[in-house]
Amino acid sequence: MGRYVVRRLVQMVPVFIGSTLLIFLMVNVMGDPVAGLCGDRQCDPATAARLRQEFGLDQPVWRQYLTYMGNVFTGDFGTAFNGQEVTELMSTAFPVTLRLTIVAICFEILIGVTLGVLTGLRRGRPVDTGVLLLTLVVVSVPTFVTGLLLQLWLGVQWGWIRPSVSPAAPFGELLLPGLVLASVSLAYVTRLTRTSIAENRRSDYVRTAVAKGLPRRRVVTRHLLRNSLIPVVTFVGADIGFLMGGAIVTERIFNIHGVGYQLYQGIVRQNTQTVVGFVTVLVLVFLLCNLVVDLLYAVLDPRIRYA
Amino acid sequence: MRAASYARWAAGAMAVALATTACGGGADAGEGGAVLSSSWTDPQNPLEPANTNEVQGGKVLSMIFRGLKQYDPKTGEAKNMVAERIETSDSQHYTITLKDGWTFSDGEKVTAKSFVDAWNYGASLENNQKNAYFFSYIEGYDQVHPEQGGQRAKTMSGLKVVDERTFTVTLSQKFSGFPDTLGYNAFVPLPRAFYQDHAGWLARPVGNGPYTVQAYTRGSEMRLVRWDAYAGPDAARNDGVTLKVYTDNNTAYTDLMAGNLDLVDDVPAQQLKNVRADLDGRYLNTPAGIIQTLSFPHYDKRWTGPGADKVRKGLSRAIDREQITRTIFQGTRTPATDWTSPVLGAEGGYKAGLCGQWCEYDAAAARKLIEEGGGLPGGQVKITYNADTGSHKLWVDAVCNSINNALDDDKACVGNPIGTFADFRGKSTTQKLAGPFRAGWQMDYPLTQNFLQPLYYTNASSNDGKWSSKEFDRLVDRANAETDPAQAVKLFQQAEEVVRDEMAAIPLWYQNGSAGWSERLSDVTLNPFSVPVYEQIKVG
Amino acid sequence: MPEQPFPPEGVIAGGGAMDLSATEAGTVRRPPAAPDGAGEPAPPAAGPAETADRPRSLWSDAWRDLRRNPVFLASALVILFLAVISVWPSLIASGSPLKCDLARAQQGSAPGHPFGFDGQGCDVYTRTVYGARTSVVVGVCATLGVALLGSVLGALAGFFGGWWDGVLSRITDVFFAIPVVLGGLVLLSVVTANSVWPVVGFIVLLGWPQISRIARGSVITVQQNDYVQAARALGASPARLLLRHIAPNAVAPVIVVATIALGTYIALEATLSYLGVGLKPPSVSWGIDISAASPYVRTAPHALLWPSGALAVTVLAFIMLGDAVRDALDPKLR
Repeated sequence: MGRYVVRRLVQMVPVFIGSTLLIFLMVNVMGDPVAGLCGDRQCDPATAARLRQEFGLDQPVWRQYLTYMGNVFTGDFGTAFNGQEVTELMSTAFPVTLRLTIVAICFEILIGVTLGVLTGLRRGRPVDTGVLLLTLVVVSVPTFVTGLLLQLWLGVQWGWIRPSVSPAAPFGELLLPGLVLASVSLAYVTRLTRTSIAENRRSDYVRTAVAKGLPRRRVVTRHLLRNSLIPVVTFVGADIGFLMGGAIVTERIFNIHGVGYQLYQGIVRQNTQTVVGFVTVLVLVFLLCNLVVDLLYAVLDPRIRYA
Repeated sequence: MRAASYARWAAGAMAVALATTACGGGADAGEGGAVLSSSWTDPQNPLEPANTNEVQGGKVLSMIFRGLKQYDPKTGEAKNMVAERIETSDSQHYTITLKDGWTFSDGEKVTAKSFVDAWNYGASLENNQKNAYFFSYIEGYDQVHPEQGGQRAKTMSGLKVVDERTFTVTLSQKFSGFPDTLGYNAFVPLPRAFYQDHAGWLARPVGNGPYTVQAYTRGSEMRLVRWDAYAGPDAARNDGVTLKVYTDNNTAYTDLMAGNLDLVDDVPAQQLKNVRADLDGRYLNTPAGIIQTLSFPHYDKRWTGPGADKVRKGLSRAIDREQITRTIFQGTRTPATDWTSPVLGAEGGYKAGLCGQWCEYDAAAARKLIEEGGGLPGGQVKITYNADTGSHKLWVDAVCNSINNALDDDKACVGNPIGTFADFRGKSTTQKLAGPFRAGWQMDYPLTQNFLQPLYYTNASSNDGKWSSKEFDRLVDRANAETDPAQAVKLFQQAEEVVRDEMAAIPLWYQNGSAGWSERLSDVTLNPFSVPVYEQIKVG
Repeated sequence: MPEQPFPPEGVIAGGGAMDLSATEAGTVRRPPAAPDGAGEPAPPAAGPAETADRPRSLWSDAWRDLRRNPVFLASALVILFLAVISVWPSLIASGSPLKCDLARAQQGSAPGHPFGFDGQGCDVYTRTVYGARTSVVVGVCATLGVALLGSVLGALAGFFGGWWDGVLSRITDVFFAIPVVLGGLVLLSVVTANSVWPVVGFIVLLGWPQISRIARGSVITVQQNDYVQAARALGASPARLLLRHIAPNAVAPVIVVATIALGTYIALEATLSYLGVGLKPPSVSWGIDISAASPYVRTAPHALLWPSGALAVTVLAFIMLGDAVRDALDPKLR
């Protein structure tokens, strides 16, 4: 086990280099960011040249990348176009988004798995049909609309919550955004759990457990659920990274100055420093999540071993 | 079972969290005292006066700075503020005298040197100021900001400090409108602290305006308070303004409805239909110095050949501006009938109806004109716009539908979105677009000259379509040299007629500024730059 | 009915009483074909094929089951209908989806215009019918592409493990890291042709890692089962192991994720169009109409309702289809 973890940690190095290089090149081929800096007026050529020089854009790409990586290893992630340090941006954005992600993942696991077990044990019953209809609504109505309407009803009409999240973004204010963010993933988790449960309830170990006369509750949680969770864990593990980097719509609607929002801004303004900095951290999150997921496999199914 | 007990624990924690929000979710619009909160977006550039070229940064500068002149919030007329008088006999050599008694909020006196140093800083190439071109009329600009090669001088030779309250400006050419440009943010004075502790100044800017910055948290909010020792006549009537950064103007609007915000100065398009009901009439929709046009690639010979002007005129007549501004924009745009803006006023050079029949919708006439002009180049026009900002897709689709209906051809016009603003600007400034493209112009200062010269003068900085007319250039040169303002306006309008006769660009509509506010506020107005006049707002 | 006792006899019967699902009531269940071992029965999937009494494959069994499943038939009918109007939208819509009159913007239904008008004054009914083609093609093709590429690579990584797993999984990680917005702006902005295929290709390129992960996890679990170990011990080739023993038992989560993803891909097409890099105007699709109508949900909800409804029905049909296929492949249900 220990050697396996070490090997996986070592594997992170090439992935890290590969993905930063890829993102770096992608932002670079988007074109000249300086053209967008002077509004509807053309930057005068001298200023444009100066700006390119300041951002290092006049260098060949490979040198830009090397300089950038060199700086990253000394902790310098560069500056955004508005003069703000990228590390400063990250230190405000990541904690907020992390809290939002935690809320969303909690919803996914709690509601998703519960509904999945319920519907899996009661296929074809009204509960199952009701959850299926909810799934369809969640998939076919954009998050933008659900978020907007919930915000309007809960925040303005009934006044239960603050429609926008304050800069501090405490957990309490992130409940509704977290639910909206989790909604589509919830659909996946519910149906994955449902299918696994429906499949495994006919397997031999469940039969054995039932034949032994174990209480139903114990059969479901201990035997049935535990063995049904592998696809769910896989999905949720991959989803953490997605939720952290891709909550663009949710963060915008609820005024959350998080990673998704900053990353989007960085991309449309073609700010290499911001984009590569944020994605670098996200890649690390992805890699760690995957490692944890793989280790969880062994916990959930003791037959799986890692050498 | 460890997993099960963990799940139970987590469920309990969530329930507690739910309960605490239910209790703590109350609104707290009352900030204490007569301080109002207003929606904001983080400025795109560092907050240096000559480096701020968009409204959000401009908002702050207009609160913490006062320049030589100040534009009247209602009429847009440039009135002396820090300047006592600005004199010239030939529209080229100016003597500027300052009023006594102005200081910066850190106690430093505002002197002639405060201006001259600030302007030299703004013009200097090595400071990377995006609005440096504002100083390009001043003699010696080409030395501190050469188009090629390094900087050859530290200061502009055209600026001379005479004494503490007087300095002279020499321009490189005659420009009678020069005093009227001096209300722009780039021309404000700067305190010594700006140069001595630049990072500190940016973190908490110091100026000479009616407000001072109390605290600035990048990316979330800026708190401004009234400066009691302010020397000008337009002291703030409230205790302060808190600018809150929003990710989206729709969220700000929702917060306004929920009572968590006092002022939104950009009502989102999709809410315009409900805004009067939502806010019970606390809504303002007033002209701003912004015009939207369609530019043409005059560098492309398919758009410059004989008869091409007829095609352009035909397209102009195929656009039902009245209907689009009413339906898509809910009246927050006004159909354009010239190439300037109503905020200039008739005396300032705005001439309603200058475009005449060419801007009136007439499907039959449009078909005939396009036919006479040899048809649409390639059988189809593609209107290029950027997809990432504003709601350009909405009106481009509407314009295309209008053209298609007028020409009775589903494919006559299609939109051509480009992903990012930078890419769009990159393509339009390097002449890579093959069809008409959107062009928006927000005035820098309320002068006809500002609506014409940068956009249509040969090789001007924003003449992306590369339109060129000797006649137009000659008239503009003459107008700039003219010392009598009325005469200058007349010449500018003659130049505008040249633009019309060739339909160099199709004028679409004038953009309004809009604002909605809470019950606590009164006397909310927008200036011609669509920025709220914060100092006049009363709270409570 | 939450207190209903767990029905153990149903499990033992291998269907029948256990199978409370109304949707499966019409399916004829056969008793397990595999001989019963002492508490650890050999996998039924392998049973018939291994004994070679009747040369029927699992897949042909599944097909026989499917043909008699009403859920499958109903969803197949819906999909057939979608396919027909995708090819010949003019069968049920007479107007042009591009004929828009701004004077009627956001109006409700009118004679000849049952669904009303959208924000540009276009007929919502006609646009919903004509939007089917793009949306169905993007949804189905992208899902197929993602599912194929993802499950093949995922299965290889999970099955072979070790070095294979290391390389394939780390490639997956790199693709995971590309933000959709950035990928779209970079990869799709170079495409000038206005066609759905670049969009489909793009979705496949960024979508496969998700399925790949799921398939890998599923294969890792399934290959621990005794029947796989047994088949391996009997000397079955890797290909045979994967296709015959592992795939049918590992495919369920892939089907679940793929059928839901189908709906999200149709929406993703709209996101790309919104970014200005997907389909160019004047393309018609549900996604484009949904995203155009979304901001106006307060004033003109009908313009959102109909394309969203069409999308929901499509997703429903594919989810039910997926469910039916999964059931047919599950040997434990036999």
